Amino acid sequence: MSLIYLDNNATTKVAPEVLEVMLPYFKEEYANPSSIYEFAKNANHAVRDARGVIKDFLNAENEKEIIFTSCGSESANTAIQGVLNMNKNKRHIITSKVEHPCVLNLYQTLEKQGYKVDYIGVNSNGELDLAQLEEAINYDTALVSIMYANNETGVIFPIEKISEIIKSKNKETKFFVDAVQVSGKIPIDVQAAGIDLLGISGHKFHAPKGIGALYVNSKTLITPLIIGGHQERGKRAGTENVPYIVGMAKAAELAVDSLKYEASEVKRLRDKLETGILKKVFNARLNTGAANRVPNTSNIGFEYIEGELILLHLSDLGICASSGSACTSGSLEPSHVLRAMNVPFTAIHGSIRWSLSRYTTEKEIDYVLDVLPGIINKITSLSPYQEELENLKKLKGF
Amino acid sequence: MWDYSEKVMDHYRNPRNVGKIDNADAVGEAGSLACGDSLKIYLKIENGIVTDAKFQTFGCGSAVASSSILTEMIIGKTVEEVKKITNKDIADQLGGLPPEKMHCSVMGYEALEDALQNYNNMTDLDDLRNEKKEEKIVCTCFNVTENMIWDAIKQNGLKTVEDITNYTKAGGACGKCKGLIQDIIDTYYKKEENESNKPTLSPAQRILKINNIIETQISPELRKDGGDITLVDIDENRVLVKLRGKCSGCKNSHLTLKAFVESTLRETVDKNIDVIEVA
Repeated sequence: MSLIYLDNNATTKVAPEVLEVMLPYFKEEYANPSSIYEFAKNANHAVRDARGVIKDFLNAENEKEIIFTSCGSESANTAIQGVLNMNKNKRHIITSKVEHPCVLNLYQTLEKQGYKVDYIGVNSNGELDLAQLEEAINYDTALVSIMYANNETGVIFPIEKISEIIKSKNKETKFFVDAVQVSGKIPIDVQAAGIDLLGISGHKFHAPKGIGALYVNSKTLITPLIIGGHQERGKRAGTENVPYIVGMAKAAELAVDSLKYEASEVKRLRDKLETGILKKVFNARLNTGAANRVPNTSNIGFEYIEGELILLHLSDLGICASSGSACTSGSLEPSHVLRAMNVPFTAIHGSIRWSLSRYTTEKEIDYVLDVLPGIINKITSLSPYQEELENLKKLKGF
Repeated sequence: MWDYSEKVMDHYRNPRNVGKIDNADAVGEAGSLACGDSLKIYLKIENGIVTDAKFQTFGCGSAVASSSILTEMIIGKTVEEVKKITNKDIADQLGGLPPEKMHCSVMGYEALEDALQNYNNMTDLDDLRNEKKEEKIVCTCFNVTENMIWDAIKQNGLKTVEDITNYTKAGGACGKCKGLIQDIIDTYYKKEENESNKPTLSPAQRILKINNIIETQISPELRKDGGDITLVDIDENRVLVKLRGKCSGCKNSHLTLKAFVESTLRETVDKNIDVIEVA
C-alpha cells in the first residue's frame, strides 16, 4: 500500500535537496557561528546567506529585519508580545475568529491580563468582515493580527487592503500577519502589502519541523521572547540552529521556483479532486463557496456523517487527510473556523480538509476519486438520518 | 492519532447489525447531530428475551464500535440481564477505549437505557422519563444532566472534572459548568463517605429497622392508594414481602416494588437490599 499524503497544511515532507544541504552542518561544519576562529566562518556565513534568502523570499528591505525562530508559534508569540511590551500605554488588540490556536490562546491569556481583544468574524465562505475590522480600530489599538490565509479552508485574506484600513484609522497600530499557511504557496511581499511583522514556519514548505522566521520591519520595535545572548540582534537569544536555518533557506529557494507550478498544476489537481468529489458524492458540500484560496487546499463537508470515521477508512487505504471534526483532535467541539463560518451542523462534523503539495500526483488524485465514494457510501449507510439523506439526494438530483 | 484496540478497529471496519428493525419492540436514542454523535438502537423482544438488535450511528470510529458491540452483547440476553449492562461493560468488551473516547460507550448505554424505558412503556415509567427530561441540565453545550454525571461517577468511579468530560462530554466546550461538575463530584463522595461511616447493624437491629421502615414509611404510602405491604422474611440482603389490597395484582406492582419499596430500603438501611414479592 502506497502512501497518499494530502495533509500538507499539517506538515510537509522534507525536500531531498533540503536535507542534502543540511547534512554538512551536522557532520563537518558544526561550529557555533558566533565563535571567533576560522572554523566558525562557514557556519557564520551560512546563517548570513540564509538570512538573505529569507529576506528575498518575503521581499523585506533588509536582512536585519529577519529573525530566525523555532516555529510558527514562536514567531507569533514573539511578534504579539513583543509589540505589546513596547506599547504599554495601548490596551486594545484586534484579531479574527479563525486564527490559529497559537494566536487565539495567546489572546485569551492577554484578555486575562486586562487587554481588550476584538475578534473579527467571517462570512459563510470564510471571508473576513472588513467593515467590522475598520470599525473596531481606535486610538487605543496597539496591534491588529490577521492570518494571511486560513489553515483549514485555505481562504486568503486581503492583506494589502487590511493594511490600508489599519493605517488610515491609526498610524501607530502595528500589523502582524501569520503567513504560515501561504509561504511557498503564493508570493509574499511584505513591503507592497504594508506589513509590520510576519511569521512563517519551515515545515509547511518542505523544510524540517523546528525552524521558523519572523519578519519585523525596521520601524517596529519589539522585546525578545527568549532573553539571553546577543543572537538575532538581541531579538531572540539561543545559539543559531545552523543546519535548520540553512535547510529552511534552501526550502524557500525551491518554493520560489515552484510558485508558478503551485498556481497552475497544484491548483489544477486540487480543482480536479474537488469537482470530482462534488460530482460523485451527493452529500458533499464545498465549505468555502467561491472564496479566493491558496491553490492547494480544499475543505469539503460530508453531510450526516462524521469526519473521524472517514479519515479512519481513508487511512486504511493509505490516504492521509484531516478533519474539522471534534472527534479527531480529542477536543469535544468541532473546528472553531467552520463554526465561525456557520457551516451547518449537518456538515461541520463531517468536514474534511484536503491539502496537496507539489509532490502530489495526478495518479494519487485519481485513486482518491476512485475509492472515496465507496467509503462515503459505507459510512452513510450507518447514519440514523436516512430520511434526511434521501431528501438531500433528491434535492441534488442524484 | 488514537490508540484504538484491535477490537475497536474490527468493529468500525466491519460493523455488525447495522440498520433498522421495522416494527421493533423498543427503540432508543442518544446524542444529537449538533453534538457530533448520535445513536439509534432497535430491539426485537420476545418472551423477555432480546432476539434481535440493530443500530444506526452518526459518530466516530469508537462510537460505531461501541454501538456495534453493544448489539452483539444484548442479542440472546433477557431484558433483566440487558438492564444491568453499563457503559463500562461496553468499553471492557471493546478491549478498552482511549479516555477521551469513553463518552462513546456512555452514549451506547444511554441509548439502551432509553430503549428499555420505551419498552416498559408503563405510565409510571413515562412519568419517570418526563421527570428525567425536566431534570437539571448541568452542561448546556452538550445537554448533559446531573443524573447522567451521577451515573457516570457511580459506574466508573470517576474522580476529576476531566474524567467527567471524557465520559459525558460535560464541560468540554465553553467550560462554564466545570465548577458545578466539581460540586457534583464532591457531593457524590461526601454521600458515599457518610454511607460507609454508618454503624453496622447487628442482624436483630437490621430486622427491626427494616420492619420499622416498612411500617412507618412504606405502608402508609401504599395505604393511600388502597394497598398495603407485609414483611414475610429477611434472608441477608433479600427482603421478602407480600403486597395486599389494590397493590396485589396491580400491573404496576413490579414498579412499586422496585422504584419505591426497594429504593426506600436501599436508601435507609443497605444499598445491597433486593426486595422480592412472594405470593
